[in-house]
Amino acid sequence: MTIRHEMLPERPAPSLTVGPIAWLRANLFSGPVNSVFTLLGLYLLYILLTPTIQWAFINADWIGTSRDDCSREGACWVFVNARLPQFIYGLYPRAELWRPNVVFATFAVLIAWLAIPRLPFKRWVTLIALIGFPLFAYAMLYGGYFGLPVVETHRWGGLMLTLVLAVVGMVAALPIGILLALGRRSQMPIVKSFCVVFIEFWRGVPLITILFMASVMLPLFMPTGVSVDRLIRALIGITLFQSAYMAEVIRGGLQAIPKGQEEAAAALGMSYWRRMGLIVLPQALKMMIPGIVNTFISLFKDTTLVMIIGLFDLLGIVQAALSDSRWLGFAVEGYVFAAFLFWIFCFSMSRYSQYLERKLHTGHKR
Amino acid sequence: MNEQAMQSQVGAETPMVEMRGVNKWYGDFHVLRDIDLKVSRGERIVICGPSGSGKSTLIRCINHLEEHQQGEIVVGGVPLTQDVKRIEQIRRSVGMVFQHFNLFPHLTVLENCCISPMWVQRKPRREAEAEAMKYLERVQIAEQARKYPGQLSGGQQQRVAIARSLCMHPEVMLFDEPTSALDPEMIKEVLDVMVELAREGMTMLCVTHEMGFAKTVADRVIFMDQGQIIEENAPEPFFNDPQSERTRLFLSQILGH
Repeated sequence: MTIRHEMLPERPAPSLTVGPIAWLRANLFSGPVNSVFTLLGLYLLYILLTPTIQWAFINADWIGTSRDDCSREGACWVFVNARLPQFIYGLYPRAELWRPNVVFATFAVLIAWLAIPRLPFKRWVTLIALIGFPLFAYAMLYGGYFGLPVVETHRWGGLMLTLVLAVVGMVAALPIGILLALGRRSQMPIVKSFCVVFIEFWRGVPLITILFMASVMLPLFMPTGVSVDRLIRALIGITLFQSAYMAEVIRGGLQAIPKGQEEAAAALGMSYWRRMGLIVLPQALKMMIPGIVNTFISLFKDTTLVMIIGLFDLLGIVQAALSDSRWLGFAVEGYVFAAFLFWIFCFSMSRYSQYLERKLHTGHKR
Repeated sequence: MNEQAMQSQVGAETPMVEMRGVNKWYGDFHVLRDIDLKVSRGERIVICGPSGSGKSTLIRCINHLEEHQQGEIVVGGVPLTQDVKRIEQIRRSVGMVFQHFNLFPHLTVLENCCISPMWVQRKPRREAEAEAMKYLERVQIAEQARKYPGQLSGGQQQRVAIARSLCMHPEVMLFDEPTSALDPEMIKEVLDVMVELAREGMTMLCVTHEMGFAKTVADRVIFMDQGQIIEENAPEPFFNDPQSERTRLFLSQILGH
């Protein structure tokens, strides 16, 4: 028989298992094979990174106005620099550039306001961002109001067009996707079959086909005299396509919520929309943040496909600039720049989603 | 308003819950067979029976979490129909406590209690919170109000679930095996709350295997097997002198060891 009369005190862990040296030992040099691989990896990094850094920074030309300013071995950022307004705004009239700038700035402020938890009035700012801002952005970018001259959408381009396509696509695809996901789980046969057919149709067709149909075939079915702007058609195509994907992501989340949650909400007298809106969807959406952001990121990159219907998004306008006879031979710089901008946006979305996941985590882990 | 309107229809002699010839099938499986049950206002009923005997299904029919195919269910004078508004009206006056608590993990304890009063009964936040705190104090868990359910023990969660139901001012409380998912040392704290509630005169239907609880508070004990009510009696004769062979066997199995 054993009886313990005094409890043992807590003791610190042995020093060999904590600290940076222990970390190095455990993760990089835990045995002869691993040590060899670590050194090999470091060597590979060295031979790959040095020329890249030399090309992109050390040997690069930054200032100038024409290709003659690019004398050295490295990258010629002069090209990107000279073309920057076009890459950002497309063929938007130079005198009116302040308009997209105001829209960009407002957008950045709204996003920052919503993203920083400490700032107050979240509900009102959300309302402004979802209802006021789109109208404001449309009035500013397209014009025709407050004495602003109209700028036709075929002059829009570059990063501005990419952002318009992506933001409208995301903001519209999420609610449509939620409705489709709920509809697909509905008990009502007509609603359910409509959603199933809708989702399976849009998921089964490549986006490129949808864009082609929107730009070439849709006008054939329209009554004569009625024409829908090409950008609007592309936006509708992208939104419907992405909402079908979104619906399946969200349906996955809905299925992961235990049935008891809805039962408890029902037992408290909540109607269907309250059960969904207050209890099931908040949990499902939180759980599906990685999937939703994944869809957003792929949407952001898919916007480049509008190139084939003659809209010049960021990548399209970079490519168009490459064929300028004064700037032949700078394709690498152009593509690297476009890739870098895309990466910045996608990476920010990814980081923000990880932050959001941590912040919203309440239930399962302590 | 609805509750008041409902109460005024109900005389003292109207049963709180009445089931007449209720039948239910899951596909081909006949879960409830000719159930007749009358529960008066303030009556405490304990339902027991082997697993799969239909006792959970029976109480889940009362607030239409399960749909019965034949027969009639009347709750507080209001007949249960297919009408969604009617069902929601009945659910507002019927509280339910589940085996697995089913608290909302994305809301704090206080928000769990306030969400339905605020969104269904349209109470102002301040009023709903004050009342929720009152009930949380009654189940002795007020100091945890700002925590999330995931941070509480099973017994604490179940007490919150009871408080959450009480915040809707139910006229009947349904308990679906409220202590079956709890560790033994937490069963008592939940039973204490239930005994307290019974003393205050709440109409209760409890599916439970806690025979001690049945002996203390029940007015009637119902034994179910294979979807039927086999025996129904006051606790004293039910435990001391069971009439049916099946009841005797069941009681010897759960009280025997």
